[in-house]
Amino acid sequence: MTTKIENVSRRNFLKNSAIGAGSLVLATGLPGFNLAMAAFPSPIEGAGVLNLFVAIEADNRVRIVCHRSEMGQGIRTGIPQVLADELDVDWSMVDVVQGFANPGYGSQNTDGSRSIRRFFTTMRQMGASARMMLEQAAAEKWGVPVDQVRGKQGYVHHVSSDRKLSYGELASAAAKLTPPQTDSLVLKPASEFTLIGKGLAPVDIDDMLDGSAVYGQDVQLEGMLYASIERCPVVGQKVKSHDKAGAMKVNGVRDVMVMPEQPDAPAFHPLNGVAVLADNTWSALQGRKALKVEWSDSLHQQHDSANYMSTLVERVGQPGKVIRTRGDVKGAFDGADAVVKATYQVPYLVHAQMEPPAATAVVSEKHCEIWACTQTPQSTQQNVAQALGLQPEQVKVNVTLLGGGFGRKSKPDFSVEAALLARHTGKPVKVVWSREDDIQHGYYHAASAQRFEAAVNKDGSVVGWLQRTAFPSISWTFTGTVDEPQDGELSLGFGDVPFAVNAMQCESQKAEGHVRIGWMRSVSNIQHAFAQGAFVDEMAAATGKTPHAMWHALLGEDRIVDPTAEGFGYGNYGDPADVYPIDIARMKRVLDEVVKQSGADKSTGDNEGWGISVHRSFVSYVAVACKVRVEQGKVSVLELHSAIDCGTVVNPDRVRSQQEGSMLFGLSIALMGEISLEGGKVKQSNYHDYPVTRYHQSPMIKTYIIASDAPPGGVGEPGTPPVAASVVNAIYHASGRRIRTLPVNKTLSV
Amino acid sequence: MISFTLNGKKQQVDADPAMPLLWALRDLLGLTGTKFGCGIAQCGACTVHLDGQAVRSCALPVSAISGKAITTIEGLNSDLGEALKAAWKAHNVPQCGYCQAGQLMNASAMLANNPNPSDAQIDANMQGNICRCGTYPRIKAALHDVIAQQPAEG
Repeated sequence: MTTKIENVSRRNFLKNSAIGAGSLVLATGLPGFNLAMAAFPSPIEGAGVLNLFVAIEADNRVRIVCHRSEMGQGIRTGIPQVLADELDVDWSMVDVVQGFANPGYGSQNTDGSRSIRRFFTTMRQMGASARMMLEQAAAEKWGVPVDQVRGKQGYVHHVSSDRKLSYGELASAAAKLTPPQTDSLVLKPASEFTLIGKGLAPVDIDDMLDGSAVYGQDVQLEGMLYASIERCPVVGQKVKSHDKAGAMKVNGVRDVMVMPEQPDAPAFHPLNGVAVLADNTWSALQGRKALKVEWSDSLHQQHDSANYMSTLVERVGQPGKVIRTRGDVKGAFDGADAVVKATYQVPYLVHAQMEPPAATAVVSEKHCEIWACTQTPQSTQQNVAQALGLQPEQVKVNVTLLGGGFGRKSKPDFSVEAALLARHTGKPVKVVWSREDDIQHGYYHAASAQRFEAAVNKDGSVVGWLQRTAFPSISWTFTGTVDEPQDGELSLGFGDVPFAVNAMQCESQKAEGHVRIGWMRSVSNIQHAFAQGAFVDEMAAATGKTPHAMWHALLGEDRIVDPTAEGFGYGNYGDPADVYPIDIARMKRVLDEVVKQSGADKSTGDNEGWGISVHRSFVSYVAVACKVRVEQGKVSVLELHSAIDCGTVVNPDRVRSQQEGSMLFGLSIALMGEISLEGGKVKQSNYHDYPVTRYHQSPMIKTYIIASDAPPGGVGEPGTPPVAASVVNAIYHASGRRIRTLPVNKTLSV
Repeated sequence: MISFTLNGKKQQVDADPAMPLLWALRDLLGLTGTKFGCGIAQCGACTVHLDGQAVRSCALPVSAISGKAITTIEGLNSDLGEALKAAWKAHNVPQCGYCQAGQLMNASAMLANNPNPSDAQIDANMQGNICRCGTYPRIKAALHDVIAQQPAEG
């Protein structure tokens, strides 16, 4: 499909602009479609707007829109960095402005580690288009052919004279021109990049260090009420009765409101509950303690996570639904000299990002404005509009900085709460989630059991492979009925198992939903990479190979793996297989690199051991080597090394910081992460009983980036999946103890 | 009405004496650089200085600060504070940034009390401040830079 970049202002772009999977299609079509267009606000306005993403002021300040949410991954630096390179400006000229919810940008759902890989080309096109318009304006001004002018570092130069004009001087004339056709855009060769590939500092760093950065929790509006909500302890419960008398007596409490009853499938709806509105957060929290609420019964109040796990373990011991098969699996197992079997368990987990969710809303009859720490401004816009009976264009969504996200803030439930309360009170309302709210009313990472079996011959060859998984699906959250893993989830490190075993089968097993299940950093890759990476180490021990050699034996020859050829509905992270294939050579390269750099194949001191694992996720490849010491029942993680091949790198410093962060996130999962339920209620409530990695537990971390000119892959998540396996493997090599049930602190102190 | 010194200036606040300082700072005085993370002194995001010592403002009632000096991230402009911020910048420490005010307030109180802490002392001091993004390796590197700039002990 050919696309055309329109010079779209807030009043004239297509409401339903097509959004392609691989690249953004901006305001496709002809200006004559104005009648069908809706007005969404833009943060850049005025004479120098060159396209939806860039405006240049007369004083040469370049305003670049970041339409994706900043939650620590550095995207407010990365997106403008790409555009500014093609625009050809000095980075010091750039001001980054945050985009509002606006379908014209393409998807703003900041998840799936896809901001750079989905928008790299688009941002380059936006920059190149704007530069070519500036060049055209200069050529017209000088009366010279456009091929005799060149935009560079904020000026358009006439190549055969010393004439030059600044972008600021040209912007208003350029903005009146018709943008060039997309297929006529001239993009730089990589050798001429000035910003792409540079480790630029995060654009918000000064504000983050002096306290002036504004997060969702920090929004304050004149006359605003603060809300705290008592939510149903068990999913599906409804408010049977409530007594607000005690709450209303608390100094500062202004109102109590029963939240509108919601459908049974949780989706993105607020949970049922009772809100206390007050002059400040403290009064709202105190008022909430004085509330009396009686809840109705729920189908889920018998849910007990320990019993549930026993059920999942039992099920993965039984034949399941075959999702991918190769060769004669039964024959391979029947004829083998030995069979190695292991079952792995990962509990429910929660994001526990530092900033609990918060949203502020102002609602009038035909308009709503939201300020929220959201990963999904467009979904916020749609869900708020639906809850209020408005059209999406009547809802303006301002995206603040996010104090961490990890997938929790992909769910717009908290913004819907704020909107409903603002409409009820007629005043601005900020909904403040407490840490207890965050831990006890999350969208949890699914609890899971995995069964792995391998048929092995005396010569150490692996002739049969069977893997089976069971976990409640994210789709249950949206349907209330789906009771088995879906292909989208099985595509995350399970059905895409890349091993070269002649007979291989992947099966899934049933698992009903009882709590809201959601995306959490790397999603189902968490349990699948854990089980697979741990089992490879068990296979190494069973066949007398080094773990490194075992990985090589299983990965086999350099080749492209296509799970769809064996019957699996593989998603490949929404990306085309020809551009982003499963490439065994790249898996082996990161594995070899991390082993070489870390010394994981070398001997260690007493009670120390190395563990390795490798995993492809979000179309990037990460291998991890972990070194631990196990003494007197206590494990200390000493070193974490990772090698990443994420294709073309925009900002190597942010790739490193994401590797550091995603590995420490994985370490929290491996060592300590566990949400458990009794009577349908979450038992944990805060960081004292849902511990996460702390300063003294943080080991030495090294990151090795593989140089590559492949298309950009994901960065925010791929570092997490291989960590847990590397940790339990290291524990085995240090102590001889196999840990198959996470977290490690069930077995050893950490 | 409670009177105290806030970032070097006299300040009064009309609050329920039981209200934690965190909420008085954020909701009543509009200083939102001090962050809410847990509410039970477990994460350190709300760390401020009370007469130069690091305290968790989420667990400190405003009644306890009468006549005392409070410093928040907005007022962290001592030489040591500036040196820490410069080191944080040199290492590009922040990811989401939410915990960093608390990290800086905690680190500055630690180094003001002891310019040359051992690694074990740093561990003991800094483990009360959670960073879920995982910036610890860079905090560690930045702290060591600042410590290296401090005059050596006797």
